[in-house]
Amino acid sequence: MPYRVHSSEQIRHRVDKAYFVRLLSEHLKPDELLSAEEDVKPYECDGLSSHRARPWLVALPESIDQLRAVLGLCQTHNVPVVARGAGTGLSGGALPIDNGVLLCLSKFRRIIEIDPANRLVRVEPGVRNSAVSEAVRRYGLYYAPDPSSQIACTIGGNVAENSGGVHCLKYGLTVHNVAAAKLLTLDGELLELGSDAWDASGYDLLALVCGSEGLLGILVEVTLRLLPLPETAHTLLAGFDSVGQAGRAVADIIGAGLLPAGLEMMDNPAIRAAEQFVHAGYPSEAAALILCELDGNLAQVEADRERAHRILEDCGASTLRIATDPAERMRMWAGRKAAFPAVGRLSPDYYCMDGTIPRQRLAEVLGGIAEAGQRYGLAIANVFHAGDGNLHPLILYDANRSGELEKAEALGAEILELCVTVGGTITGEHGVGSEKIDQMCVQFSDAELNQFHRLKRAFDPAGLLNPGKAIPSLHRCAEFGAMHVRGGRLPHPELERF
Amino acid sequence: MDHGNDDTENLLTAVRAAIALRQPLSIQGGGSKGFYGNAGSGAPLDVTGHRGIVAYEPTELVLTARAGTRLTAIEQILADHGQMLSFEPPHFGPSATLGGTVACGLSGPRRPFSGSVRDAVLGLKLINGHGELLHMGGQVIKNVAGFDVARLLTGALGSLGVILEVSIKVLPRPETEATLRLAADPPAALRHMQALQRLPWPLSGLAYQGGHFWLRLAGAEQAVSAAAKRLGGDCPEDQEGFWNSLKEQRLAFFGGQEPLWRLSLPPAHPHLSAWDDTVIDWGGGLRWIKCPDPADQLFNLARQAGGHACRFRGGNRAEPCFQPLPPPLLALHQRLKQAFDPLRIFNRGRLRPEI
Ligand SMILES: Cc1cc2nc3c(=O)[nH]c(=O)nc-3n(C[C@H](O)[C@H](O)[C@H](O)COP(=O)(O)OP(=O)(O)OC[C@H]3O[C@@H](n4cnc5c(N)ncnc54)[C@H](O)[C@@H]3O)c2cc1C
Repeated sequence: MPYRVHSSEQIRHRVDKAYFVRLLSEHLKPDELLSAEEDVKPYECDGLSSHRARPWLVALPESIDQLRAVLGLCQTHNVPVVARGAGTGLSGGALPIDNGVLLCLSKFRRIIEIDPANRLVRVEPGVRNSAVSEAVRRYGLYYAPDPSSQIACTIGGNVAENSGGVHCLKYGLTVHNVAAAKLLTLDGELLELGSDAWDASGYDLLALVCGSEGLLGILVEVTLRLLPLPETAHTLLAGFDSVGQAGRAVADIIGAGLLPAGLEMMDNPAIRAAEQFVHAGYPSEAAALILCELDGNLAQVEADRERAHRILEDCGASTLRIATDPAERMRMWAGRKAAFPAVGRLSPDYYCMDGTIPRQRLAEVLGGIAEAGQRYGLAIANVFHAGDGNLHPLILYDANRSGELEKAEALGAEILELCVTVGGTITGEHGVGSEKIDQMCVQFSDAELNQFHRLKRAFDPAGLLNPGKAIPSLHRCAEFGAMHVRGGRLPHPELERF
Repeated sequence: MDHGNDDTENLLTAVRAAIALRQPLSIQGGGSKGFYGNAGSGAPLDVTGHRGIVAYEPTELVLTARAGTRLTAIEQILADHGQMLSFEPPHFGPSATLGGTVACGLSGPRRPFSGSVRDAVLGLKLINGHGELLHMGGQVIKNVAGFDVARLLTGALGSLGVILEVSIKVLPRPETEATLRLAADPPAALRHMQALQRLPWPLSGLAYQGGHFWLRLAGAEQAVSAAAKRLGGDCPEDQEGFWNSLKEQRLAFFGGQEPLWRLSLPPAHPHLSAWDDTVIDWGGGLRWIKCPDPADQLFNLARQAGGHACRFRGGNRAEPCFQPLPPPLLALHQRLKQAFDPLRIFNRGRLRPEI
């Protein structure tokens, strides 16, 4: 479906494309600048394939000077700019703009410096997530955040989305694992944020840039914090006859003072899909499955494992297995890590949601999701970062059936609003992008959105960086709100309704 | 649970009145960290009446409390449930509040091992310089909706708004902790720290003080005792005493009249040999020194080492205490201040003379 930025969020310019190509060509080699229809087509969307737009131009620079030149020309001519890493984002953050430049950072793939003594690594933004851990492994170190897309997604994209992974309950999100970054602003200033120490002078701009979805500047270098490889890791797999029991087991594990490296849950449709796909040995009949991974030094892991085992048993696990060797552990995780593609095999298309909820509301929210799915006549499988309350409902649909994509999107929106109603948020780790921009109007008030806009203008006064993403204009919200309630309250409650 | 007192309306009224009169305000918590930062100016705005724990569900690992809540009350309720603040904040006095702790952004010895204040902050309510009540971030551990304003305000010394309420991630308290002490000079202690941090030891503190390298182990009983056996050293009698005195700056070193400097450096940076009388924390990342030298000298030294310096206590308070920022960054700081507090109502001059 072609996607257009809301009219109030559009940047208008009358720059002639051929002319702008000539200007850019002074700084970019022919293969670094794509403008022909067939060349730009592969860049039409990111991982959210239901939102598409043909980029005006695609630039693939390889030096900071080139980047600066491109941004300078865009600023002078009021041309919008969208940064793109690997394009695996699931919220349309890297969705192009039909009159803008799509700036691909994929050629920035150097690992600049490994500093094992300070446990830091300095990389260019186009370096893939898993390449970092591979490069530092010989020092006995690794980079903890591990989004399931890690073999493809880039560090620039990870910082821009503040990505998480299955290990973030214990090790945190990207923001907790970044020491410093260099941000290139539209006016060509190279800002050094953070430092190689544990903190930096002034405002915490590094935290601000994490999760800013390419709205504040272009990340051109990132310094990541590394951790010593754990001595060992053990994984427990537990099947339950009800989602409620599994939810209680998660609460009990945390209540008992354990801090697993990963604590994941899947519901029956997700279990079945994963089992059919990778034969991980999951109990296909179970209503819910928990994977609990404990890592650290051996004595610690053995002690924690025994406690976790007892809790899972006490909560009535109908299946309970332990993997202590790496091969067996990998097999247990294979099903979880392949959950998205596994569900993808069941249905021509699926739509992945990303709400976070207070965990105590889990059973209620899953009930609400199932009920909504039935109402829309669409199947849903749930994959859940249970430790930190981050839900990934996967809505199955067929885009070739007329109206089904719209139905899936409406169902998704309802699920997100349910997350907000129970005290959660519309996105735990995938970002707002173009996808959830309407729901931002539900989660935030006009005053809050205005504050976000003022903050953005401190970095990007003309609003050229990724317009129409992440932070909705108030016009958009007014239009959206006309048909909507916020947190159970109608907008403009003073008005009479019939 | 003491539900405390919700003073939001009064605080909003006071801020709006100050905005109307363009009267700068100096936000006051418990006053325990009044010495920290630049002098600042403004009529006092007391937030200690806005207190109480709003929500705490141990199994969610999240606590929400009003800014004026005493840190001691928060630590108590967490301890009752076997949990703690992961960042082990210094109190600097019994009156320390949550709001002040977040605004100052100071973390204790546990920081390299379980994160800083800003790492734990999930969301907050604030009043900005337009007199608006805003809720930024959330009460759940993972949330990437909107810019991370909650973390931006952490350590901003009140310059961007009045913090009303904070949600923080809390952690289970380790089953056991043990402190070991080995005789060492600062360079040897730093070498030890570096080596230990390269391996997955169950650590929760690495410091140097008074001719000794101090380390704290945390975790399951078996893990801690196995590690202690391998590492050697003696076990001082009062195990927690040292770490408390370190974080609260009650060690003899912290006394005296000379200005106290906090140097935050890459942890593996070599010992600063001009200052053998030093306290080192954060596994080498924090170096405390006492020094009458001109500020510029220390700012330069810290910058060249890849870190930053701050005159923490004492000295001439009329001189800026924080490391200067490069001009483009300072300009961005000013634009951000403008974005939150265009009339410069809040804590004028406290963070930077220009802010
Ligand atoms: C199968 C699959 C599994 C996934 N699993 C996870 C998961 O477990 N956890 C998780 O958090 N996410 C997950 N994701 C989502 C996605 O992989 C992450 O959001 C990832 O960080 C995006 O990286 P990218 O390089 O592909 O960025 P892109 O998609 O190219 O861009 C993402 C955003 O970052 C901005 N951006 C990119 N580079 C820069 C830069 N250098 N400077 C400024 N802005 C920039 C873009 O403008 C855009 O807004 C998954 C995606 C897929 C397809």
